[in-house]
Amino acid sequence: MAGGPLDTEGLVTLLDHHGRRQSDERFDDLASRLAPSDLRDMYRAMVVTRAFDDAAMALQRQGELGLWVQSLGQEGIQAGSGKALRASDYVFPSYREHVVAYQRGLDLPQMLRLFRGLEHGPWDPSEIGFHLYTLVIGAHTLHATGYAMGMDRDGRVGSGTEDDGAVICYLGDGATSQGDFNEALTFAAVTNAPIVFLIQNNQWAISEPTTRQSRIPLVHRADGFGIPSMRVDGNDPIAGYAVTSWALEHARSGNGPVLIEALTYRMGAHTSSDDPTKYRERAQEDYWRERDPIARLESYLTEIGEFPEEFVAEIEAEGKEMAERARTLVRSWPAPPATSMFDHVYAHPHAAVETEREWFERYESSFTDTEAAR
Amino acid sequence: MTDTIHRTPGSHVAEAPTKMTMAGAINAGLRAAMERDDKVLLMGEDIGQLGGVFRVTEGLHKDFGESRVIDTPLAESGIVGTAIGLGLRGYRSVVEIQFDGFVFPAFDQITTQLAKMHYRSQGRLTLPVVIRIPYAGHIGAIEHHSESPEALFAHTAGLRLVTPATPQDAYDMIQQAIACPDPVIFLEPKARYWDKGEVETDRVVRQLSDGESKTATAEMSQARVAREGSDVTLVAYGPTVHVALQVAEIAAAQDVDVEVVDLRSLSPLDIPTVVASAKRTGRVVVVHEAPTLHGIGAEISAAVTEQAFFHLQAPVLRVGAFHAPYPGSKIEHEYLPSIDRVYDAIERVVSH
Repeated sequence: MAGGPLDTEGLVTLLDHHGRRQSDERFDDLASRLAPSDLRDMYRAMVVTRAFDDAAMALQRQGELGLWVQSLGQEGIQAGSGKALRASDYVFPSYREHVVAYQRGLDLPQMLRLFRGLEHGPWDPSEIGFHLYTLVIGAHTLHATGYAMGMDRDGRVGSGTEDDGAVICYLGDGATSQGDFNEALTFAAVTNAPIVFLIQNNQWAISEPTTRQSRIPLVHRADGFGIPSMRVDGNDPIAGYAVTSWALEHARSGNGPVLIEALTYRMGAHTSSDDPTKYRERAQEDYWRERDPIARLESYLTEIGEFPEEFVAEIEAEGKEMAERARTLVRSWPAPPATSMFDHVYAHPHAAVETEREWFERYESSFTDTEAAR
Repeated sequence: MTDTIHRTPGSHVAEAPTKMTMAGAINAGLRAAMERDDKVLLMGEDIGQLGGVFRVTEGLHKDFGESRVIDTPLAESGIVGTAIGLGLRGYRSVVEIQFDGFVFPAFDQITTQLAKMHYRSQGRLTLPVVIRIPYAGHIGAIEHHSESPEALFAHTAGLRLVTPATPQDAYDMIQQAIACPDPVIFLEPKARYWDKGEVETDRVVRQLSDGESKTATAEMSQARVAREGSDVTLVAYGPTVHVALQVAEIAAAQDVDVEVVDLRSLSPLDIPTVVASAKRTGRVVVVHEAPTLHGIGAEISAAVTEQAFFHLQAPVLRVGAFHAPYPGSKIEHEYLPSIDRVYDAIERVVSH
């Protein structure tokens, strides 16, 4: 695919797929900020999230979830970029950034309230600096840009202190074709908003390969907007960290937006409702399985002697505990009362909602009366 | 992300009513809201130095600066989408969509994103965004500049829709809409922009300076009886209130006493006011510039039929535009509800 959207031109790699450290003088300094404990943090986030991801997929297959969206295979760029974030930064995810959610402090099983159909927003975005998932492709890129414009107005960039912040907005290869994303780039560019757009090019938008979205690498989308950009190996958590750190610092310093394209691979189906055997070859999946981000970091940690047995045991236990708790919690959650459908439609009372709520409550209680009369 | 109104003590002085155009009243209302709360921003195309294509924001760029009166890129979805992001950060954006027919590129952001954020977040997030849309016809414009898209938005839970018919309401309601924590579509009848009327500026300023935004929302959601009458209830809003009042005068000459109800709010609808009037008169005609098919009039008709069935002397009639795209403006007076067509409906319900 020379010259096409999956060409490996300009890809920053600091760990090759055997887990060997590569040098890139532009990013070596940033990568060297990662102490062994930081590397293990990233490893932990990837492994625990994968255990959760597996459990959630099984729950969907057992009929406990309406849908599940796996992060399988994309943990590298998520863990690397998530590690580069500060508390003062704000995340606008798309809907499969489970590793970043974990890193921001979300108790992952709570997320399943969304996928079980109990509610649409199971976490407080402002508490953890991680907005709700947005299922309409690309729509959130504008919200992220507006939020960044607000941070800029609030004087949250360019002070040179830890209080400086930026927005990071995750999107996929398919989203780059949306008008909203192109408008987001326009608004971000002309307002010099402190935002990093991170495209996880996982090569598939459900069944459509990246060639259906672009004839050139997606990173070049930035050029026409005058936005600096970088391309990174998405299955290399160290490069993901270094490149995202560079981008966030650029944005936090008041230098405006940055676009990153992380080339990765969606190892699973698009969602639990999808069947990739209809449109892609097993050989391609095998090729990318060899490039797994977890195995890659594991080799490196082993190589540098920073992968003690007790650490392995500890995160294995954490993953198991997370999966077990997900299974228990999901089955323990009752459906909310039907009248909760009327809650929070508006912040102030609205006559139509109040009238319908009252009618529905009367209707419901009429059945209770019938039951009681028997 | 609160609905607290920032207070500027002493910023208002009691004033005698002054004559203002509707455009001038909206301008004055925007100015008052911006003075009261520095989180209020204006966003839109050509709203800065030009003052908007209808000059509704005239002078505000000069007085508040380009950081609060923002000339945006020419992208409606982008304007609303970034206003949402600013809202999540605590800002209150007042967005100007240049013309009714240009709102649709922002339709997803308005109906799917803006309308649902409070609900999706279990009430944790509020989006106090106001979307001003100059709407409706009678200005002899070319296509896409005269549409009445209100039913499309009224059908979406999470949005409020209001539309003033007088300078006084324009002045009050724009400020109440900005103070409201919910997203509000603010429909401005552009053919009435230059009508003058008395505006008393003190009352709403006092209401909002006192932080009574909930009262303000309730008030903004109420219909008003624009003319009392006993024979027929003529329900109108925005641009058709003017037509309805003219028809009422003509009918009066024929001894038919028409009550005109100005809805003011399309979401929520003030059904109790309409039904009370219907029970008094027993005859209801609804008039709007939007096509009647699947429109606001159908909703009014259904509500009146359900709640005042045994008081009705005639079926509820609707007068509006036809199920055809807005035609060339040389025949818009036939497409829109003219005085003749509204009067015809009055005659039909009276003679039923």
